[in-house]
Amino acid sequence: MSEGRKNVQFWLMIGGAAAAVAGVGLAFTFQSPRTVSVQEGYRGIAMEQVYHRVAVANVAASNKVPEAQPAVDPAGVPSKEAYQNVQVLGDVDANEFIRVMTAMTEWVAPEQGCTYCHAEGEELSSDKLYTKRVARRMLQMTQHINADWKPHVGGTGVTCYTCHRGQPVPQNIWFAPPQDPNGPRMVGNDAGQNQPAKAAGLASLPYDPFSPYLAGDPANIRVISKAALPDRTNPADIKQAEHTYSLMLHMSNSLGVNCTFCHNSRAFFDWNQSPPQRTTSWYGIRMVRDLTVNYLAPLRPEFPHERLGPMGDSAKANCATCHQGANKPLLGVSMLKDYPVLAGPTAGDRRTGEE
Amino acid sequence: MFTPGYQNIFTQVQIRGPAYAGVPLTRGPWTRSQLAGHSYLLGLFGDAQVGPAYLGWTGVASLLCGFIAFEIIGLNMWASVGWNPVEFLHRLPWLALEPPAPRYGLRIPPLAEGGWWLMTGFFLTTSILLWWLRTYRRAKALGLGYHTTWAFAAAIWLYLVLGFIRPLLMGSWSEAVPFGIFPHLDWTAAFSIRYGNLFYNPFHALSIVFLYGSTLLFAMHGATVLATSRYGAEREVEQITDRGTAFERGMLFWRWTMGFNATAESIHRWAWWFAVLCPLTGGIGILLTGTVVDNWYLWAVKHGVAPQYPAAFPILPDPALVTGGRP
Repeated sequence: MSEGRKNVQFWLMIGGAAAAVAGVGLAFTFQSPRTVSVQEGYRGIAMEQVYHRVAVANVAASNKVPEAQPAVDPAGVPSKEAYQNVQVLGDVDANEFIRVMTAMTEWVAPEQGCTYCHAEGEELSSDKLYTKRVARRMLQMTQHINADWKPHVGGTGVTCYTCHRGQPVPQNIWFAPPQDPNGPRMVGNDAGQNQPAKAAGLASLPYDPFSPYLAGDPANIRVISKAALPDRTNPADIKQAEHTYSLMLHMSNSLGVNCTFCHNSRAFFDWNQSPPQRTTSWYGIRMVRDLTVNYLAPLRPEFPHERLGPMGDSAKANCATCHQGANKPLLGVSMLKDYPVLAGPTAGDRRTGEE
Repeated sequence: MFTPGYQNIFTQVQIRGPAYAGVPLTRGPWTRSQLAGHSYLLGLFGDAQVGPAYLGWTGVASLLCGFIAFEIIGLNMWASVGWNPVEFLHRLPWLALEPPAPRYGLRIPPLAEGGWWLMTGFFLTTSILLWWLRTYRRAKALGLGYHTTWAFAAAIWLYLVLGFIRPLLMGSWSEAVPFGIFPHLDWTAAFSIRYGNLFYNPFHALSIVFLYGSTLLFAMHGATVLATSRYGAEREVEQITDRGTAFERGMLFWRWTMGFNATAESIHRWAWWFAVLCPLTGGIGILLTGTVVDNWYLWAVKHGVAPQYPAAFPILPDPALVTGGRP
């Protein structure tokens, strides 16, 4: 074999090996470049949304709305007279009440059926199972969202299905991350970041952006200064910016949108350049805080141990809980219009947990 | 189609003979190692001869300090995945040694809360400065100018600004960069966001000009030398005393292409200044951020740099001002 041929073979081998490594890397990490970009702002300033066809198709497939329960003739008596221990929806017609119960079973416990909440062999009125007590509170929460958080949910509203999607526990929930009670060990303190953070699209940003921002006593999300020159009014440092960044990545991932859906990325802070979605989103953050503080966190004593997180806290909601990859949950289809009794507390219901 | 030896993007002529020991050392107690050999694989990328090396006390001390810094970073990273070797490799790009929290300011924090970071910074900086001293002393021993030394100093300037000088001015170690692969990139993005978009920092812009300019100059220069190597352009030593057809043709190519050409010396001056100015201007830009300018976008608006564009959607007021709610 001549020297030249040997040389060519050598380089073909090296080239082949490099192509194989790069090919495997590409296949498992990159999306195929079938993207569509939609201009949403003034021309030439990159105010656009980039959609990936496969991702859009996946979101469309996973955000189908189940058919509404057929309408029923009124029974003529309110549910609290027809049944016992009806603390929510008591003023609703008894037949409509059963229709909502049927829908809830389909939305939350389609496989387990009525007995998921109503203990077998007991009266329907029995509060024996924790699932029933939690479900009652969740009904109140749904009504509260639809009545009091219109700046976020608009007239579309939410139902149990918005989060549950046929599962007793919604797919996207959060718990406080496990922490060593003795504080960080002498070596290997990851400082709450520097791990692949699921919440932040696998960035190495803080992996729990929820505890500081979506629970009680929230930290300030805003870290960018309002003045060109330092005037000592903004104490935020880079680590806080990383926390905010992590929360924003969570929002971006949950909604399947780019930063520019809510911000002009040249001046993230500036409301005078922000698309109106940023305002909707601002109310969304406040809504989730409200739900955590007044509905989800206080349910902790109701849950059995296996439903609690590693730090013993109850499951809580974030943007992904409802949105699940769509910038409008269920692609903006309103299920609420078929269940008007969920639009807000009915006259006789006791309103609790609100300020 | 292939004309090996002339289309020399990959091929490298390897010369084998007795290893060259280098010019004699003039003074000092250290000598070069006697080890010298040839490697075919290394010859594909550079000179096939490996060694002899001169380490000296600066080299030994620098490697030792660098090793300590490397170990502190690596062992902390490994500990952060519970000493699991597979997870360590798997998550390595994400792992980091994080600087202290803001509450410590410039004080010395406990080891777990940034003390290791501070210690690593000390050893890494010592290692780098010793290596800098080594380049100075080696250049002197060989009777060279100090161009490499000062170019390295430019890079050290940027490193010191990021990890030492700016945190000192800001009064907090927490402003410094974490030691980690992805984490230092996330830090960079967060830094830009916190200080109102580094895009509008003119020194950042200059730094990018010199960065991209360096790659352009390097491509032009590398291409010219390779293209004229069939006339001996890569044999710079001979070309210095007898400027033959290779250099003439290289210069003619650019003069005919764009009307102006660098010379055999000035192209290296161009390249050196572009490379050195990249970290010099970048360091100035970082140093001004947070100390002199707090929001680069607003600074650019104030000075008429950032244009205003017509709104293409309804503009709503800040809801925190409307509702009085906490932002």
